[in-house]
Amino acid sequence: MQPRPDSRVTAGVIALAAIAGLIGGAFAGLMLEGAQDLSGAYAAFDGYLFRVARFTLWQALLSTLLSVAPALLVARALSRHRAFPGRRLILQLFAVPLALPAIVAALGILALYGRAGYFAGVFAGRGGGEWPGIYGLSGILVAHVFFNLPLATLLFLEALGTIPADQWRLASQLGMGARPAFRLIEWPVLRAALPGVAGLVFMLCITSFTIVLTLGGGPAATTLEVAIYQALRFDFDPARAVVLTLLQIALTFVVVAALTRLGANTVGDANLPVAPRRYLSAGRIESLLNAGLIALALLFVAGPMVATVVSGLQADLGRLAGEEAVRRATLTSAGLALLAALLSVSLSLALIAARRALALHRRAGSAMSLLEHAADTGAGFVLVVPPIVLGAGWFLALRSITDVFAVAPVMVVTVNAVMAMPFAIRAIRPAYDAASERHERLCLALGVAGWSRLSLIDWPSLRRPLATGFAFAMALSLGDLGVIALFGSDSVQTLPYLLLARMGSYRTADAAGLALLLGLVCLMLVVAADWLGREAKA
Amino acid sequence: MTSTDNGIATGKALTVTLEDVSFSYGEASFRFNTEFAAGRIAAIMGPSGSGKSTLLNLIAGFERPDTGKVLIGGIDLGNVPPSARPVSMVFQENNLFAHLTVEANVGLGRSPSLKLGDADRAAVAEALARVGLAGKEKRLPRELSGGERQRVALARVLLRARPVLLLDEPFASLGPALREDMLDLLAGIHAERKMTVLFVTHQPEDARRIGQDVAFLDEGRIAATGPADDFFDRSGPDAFRRYIGDRGGTVAGSQHIARKRT
Repeated sequence: MQPRPDSRVTAGVIALAAIAGLIGGAFAGLMLEGAQDLSGAYAAFDGYLFRVARFTLWQALLSTLLSVAPALLVARALSRHRAFPGRRLILQLFAVPLALPAIVAALGILALYGRAGYFAGVFAGRGGGEWPGIYGLSGILVAHVFFNLPLATLLFLEALGTIPADQWRLASQLGMGARPAFRLIEWPVLRAALPGVAGLVFMLCITSFTIVLTLGGGPAATTLEVAIYQALRFDFDPARAVVLTLLQIALTFVVVAALTRLGANTVGDANLPVAPRRYLSAGRIESLLNAGLIALALLFVAGPMVATVVSGLQADLGRLAGEEAVRRATLTSAGLALLAALLSVSLSLALIAARRALALHRRAGSAMSLLEHAADTGAGFVLVVPPIVLGAGWFLALRSITDVFAVAPVMVVTVNAVMAMPFAIRAIRPAYDAASERHERLCLALGVAGWSRLSLIDWPSLRRPLATGFAFAMALSLGDLGVIALFGSDSVQTLPYLLLARMGSYRTADAAGLALLLGLVCLMLVVAADWLGREAKA
Repeated sequence: MTSTDNGIATGKALTVTLEDVSFSYGEASFRFNTEFAAGRIAAIMGPSGSGKSTLLNLIAGFERPDTGKVLIGGIDLGNVPPSARPVSMVFQENNLFAHLTVEANVGLGRSPSLKLGDADRAAVAEALARVGLAGKEKRLPRELSGGERQRVALARVLLRARPVLLLDEPFASLGPALREDMLDLLAGIHAERKMTVLFVTHQPEDARRIGQDVAFLDEGRIAATGPADDFFDRSGPDAFRRYIGDRGGTVAGSQHIARKRT
């Protein structure tokens, strides 16, 4: 069969080329820089480098342990008690950190446990002397657990939800107590989910930038990503940046490869599980223990959020809103996030459509072509190459050609767009494939193709999933402090960048006000995305 | 007479020929060598997996033969895309776009980019009236019954006015009385337009009611073809008689009554 050149395949190839160009350009920048200064690159393999690498792994390992182990217990407790007032609310609250920009959370944690935080008085009174605040490893761990404990809990809860109701009926008929029920029914499911969840959390912690930048303190608590940023922005030591970047890529590559082996869900979005009827009721002591566990987790997760809101409201919001810099940053953020989301959704749609078209052209039974593989997993490469790495590569490549700070908008839009692609693809692909299943032959038979097909057939059935992907990509991009940390300057500032600047100059109240604004907008976008996705399924 | 945009005159019925066509799909392989006479209704029958839908997909252009040719009116269709072939096809389901109105769904048969003038709208209304859906232009497919949806698909067939009509079990999900109505509507349209109709069905009654010829497929090949009357006689091919079971002979007497309306 000779398939006619399908415009969808062409669009997919262009999208893939754009992604490859973005990643390839970054690598080219790194390689050129490294080759120019080989001795400098060798010299960069010093004690500092190994300390940073060791700390990167160490904090990720600790964060994973501290997030996943309690999550196992909390998830089990929540799954044992299917109906108590506020359960739904707790689950929704656990989904909030997924939407919250890291810098907002960091600020909330500082407002709570920082040197001048709400708890400072309590801690100081007990320890005697002034509370130093939780900078350094402890700060990083608290923030990582704040993000990943709820995520892991939701993922484990989803796993527990897959236990067939019949098993529970059987267990209750056999009179199984809590302990054997855990050992025989719940643990096998949890253990199956454990490597994937732990791997995902480890991956998120190893590439975490904003948290470490804002809560880590000094050279003793620095990760590779933050070290790359410092090498470029402060020390201006390109050779060191190259070595750090290559090390980071090697590290993430190994982790992602291991994760793929384990079949982990590397995108890591969690659905709110619906509660099926349960047949095993918990005893009184167990209920009390569970209630305590849930309450603790709830306090831990809700604390920084409440602190964000309270300290944000104390800021002089009126004055902030009137400030020229804030207005400009808001407009810049909104514009860049809109463009990034638009680009992200377009690239995702191109890849999805190309993958589908290639799958349709392919004869049943024959193997996938290289192109189809690329369209299928192309966006996954982004996970191996964190935004800071992309940014660093381009920073090095562009600095000899042009003013790197002038290209900030382009870099922010493209890198954020590509970064959001795995999420956008998740939102769009099932709907696209289902619509194609219904419409493909009919469109062929009637000759509905190209623009007519896009506007008359595809757009109406994809409107909602596209909006979901768009809102999610926009929230991610709005809250991102990665590329902009490298490329930002006084002339191009986004809200997270401005927030960081205010934190740096100890204008804490301003920072709190901005964090509240940013957090609310991102939250609203993600709620909208979720709602649109739900309606689309119904 | 009108002509479609690819210049194939629709006034004259066309023969459909498959010349040494071979095609393989995963494990299954098919081989077709046959001709369907112009202007007649052929019922395509055979067990599941015997290649009925594949045969239609090859003619419609959804699949391309590995070797051999598909010809319509003596013209080799080669790599002609589905929409440019002198063919309309009605599927068992998903004939309509769920988010478009009845009018738009039918109108797509006139303009794939849905640019409809007043004359086009009038033609759509007329086609809808012919299939018994007058006044339902603004409905959405979900507001219609299963039978009405297939009527909309037939209205589009009328509007496209292609000389060959392929139907892939179009009425399989309808109840018996409704199916008979639809068959009669189809027969009526055929009487007016005289297109060549290939009609896949599992129901011997369908074939008897409107089929003029029968092609019986078995294991990827055309096992037997001939006039429908012969097939439903006791003299029909053995494989076919085994496929339809005992009913073939015993109800044969009623076929003349049933087919009178064609």
